[in-house]
Amino acid sequence: MDINVLRIFFTVLSFVLFVAIMVWAWRNRNSAQFKDAQHLPFDQD
Amino acid sequence: MQNATVKAATYNDTVVRQFAIMAVVWGVVGTLMGVIVASQLVWPELNLGLPFTSFGRLRPLHTNAVIFAFGGCALFATSYYVVQRTCQTRLFSDKLSSFTFWGWQAVIVAAAISLPMGYTQGKEYGELEWPIDILIALVWISYAVNFFGTIGIRKVKHIYVANWFYGAFILAVALLHIVESAAIPAGYMKSYSAYAGVQDAMVQWWYGHNAVGFFLTAGFLGMMYYFVPKQAERPVYSYSLSIVHFWALIFTYMWAGPHHLHYTALPDWTQSLGMVLSLILFAPSWGGMINGIMTLSGAWHKLRTDPILRFLIVSLSFYGMSTFEGPMMAIKTVNALSHYTDWTVGHVHSGALGWVGFVSIGSLYFLIPRLFGQKQMYSVKAIEVHFWMATVGVVLYIAALWISGVMEGLMWRAINPDGTLAYTFVESVKAKFPYYFTRALGGFLYMSGLALMLWNTIKTATNGKAVAVEVPSAVAHA
Repeated sequence: MDINVLRIFFTVLSFVLFVAIMVWAWRNRNSAQFKDAQHLPFDQD
Repeated sequence: MQNATVKAATYNDTVVRQFAIMAVVWGVVGTLMGVIVASQLVWPELNLGLPFTSFGRLRPLHTNAVIFAFGGCALFATSYYVVQRTCQTRLFSDKLSSFTFWGWQAVIVAAAISLPMGYTQGKEYGELEWPIDILIALVWISYAVNFFGTIGIRKVKHIYVANWFYGAFILAVALLHIVESAAIPAGYMKSYSAYAGVQDAMVQWWYGHNAVGFFLTAGFLGMMYYFVPKQAERPVYSYSLSIVHFWALIFTYMWAGPHHLHYTALPDWTQSLGMVLSLILFAPSWGGMINGIMTLSGAWHKLRTDPILRFLIVSLSFYGMSTFEGPMMAIKTVNALSHYTDWTVGHVHSGALGWVGFVSIGSLYFLIPRLFGQKQMYSVKAIEVHFWMATVGVVLYIAALWISGVMEGLMWRAINPDGTLAYTFVESVKAKFPYYFTRALGGFLYMSGLALMLWNTIKTATNGKAVAVEVPSAVAHA
């Protein structure tokens, strides 16, 4: 296989992965978990 | 046995204190070197006619001192502090912590000796010769083991976003340093690059731009995501945005390097790719900036009374400004005017003094009193004065170089009706004199601000005492 096909595949895969991360990050289901995470720096001192 | 129990229950703040103090010290030294080279551009006789005080040798000393000594120590200090607090555990290894501190100081001292002596690999931001490069690699790998080891033994499930940024910074810099420094030694302080021709240039700017992206951005964004919420006493504006911010930076930064090689022997498609990816980079940069600034939403009044918060928020304004300017300058037609002019130097300093400098200074002002059992710095008034000295300094600096850069770019490309050049090169040099003076003045103000900070730091440290902070037990045993 031509190396360029692999390169194209990897680039498209990265893009799809990034879109998936965006969808995941903004899903309502995660908001409660992120609320806790947001407060991590305040959990002490 | 007793000792071991006590040790396990406290944070390792010794290494944080060491790095925090040295960050301030190297900040003064590094900017002093900057003021010296800036003054040499105004008054060339200041090179004293000696080889080791000449511009060509002191300029890399300035860049190495501010980036790796000041910036590096600030990153070590804050990352060691943040990773312990947000993982609620002591650093993975005290020995590695201590090795990273003394090893890093040894690198800095080696740079301060070898660069004025003329030992250099001739690669921008990668000047240090191969034996020093090996020491850097050793320190960096120890840093990585220590940092990720701490994440590995964390007592909370979630890895806070600041640690993701610090982690990316540590991994990327390891990769960049090792690839960039690949060289064939030809003597104990002499080597030749492993790459040739345009590949050498591309490796250089792949490294050079990612030094900006990962050393001077990702790590400092880690600082932003911890110290802005802490000082504002509000959680970060949007945690979802911070995740998208992180991955967007990771997916795009690595590709931006070719914009340093527009209109060179680099293939045209590579230049265009670098330009497009640099333009895309605008989105995550501004996303992150907005996330930081909006953290203050509903608490803007704090800016009126809190100079530390002002340092942090103004740093984000400069981050926004320079990450707008950067993509614009990466456009080939704009670059045709800006490249090789002072505009580039002004741009770098709006990022370095404005963004990196301010966010570090703000974070250190937060950190230093806490490291010495104090509520606040010895003199809050001095922080206020420092803020204005630094702000006026940066503005003078970048405004002067904008004018000077655009002016010389226009002078170089101006042609007479018959097609000959309208100006000789030396005419453009002569025209820059007043702006070089203003730049040196701005730099002097910025450096004096850091000197004031050093005084304030010494006073805070000597008035307080180093305290061992306990890992909160309720959480530690949870």
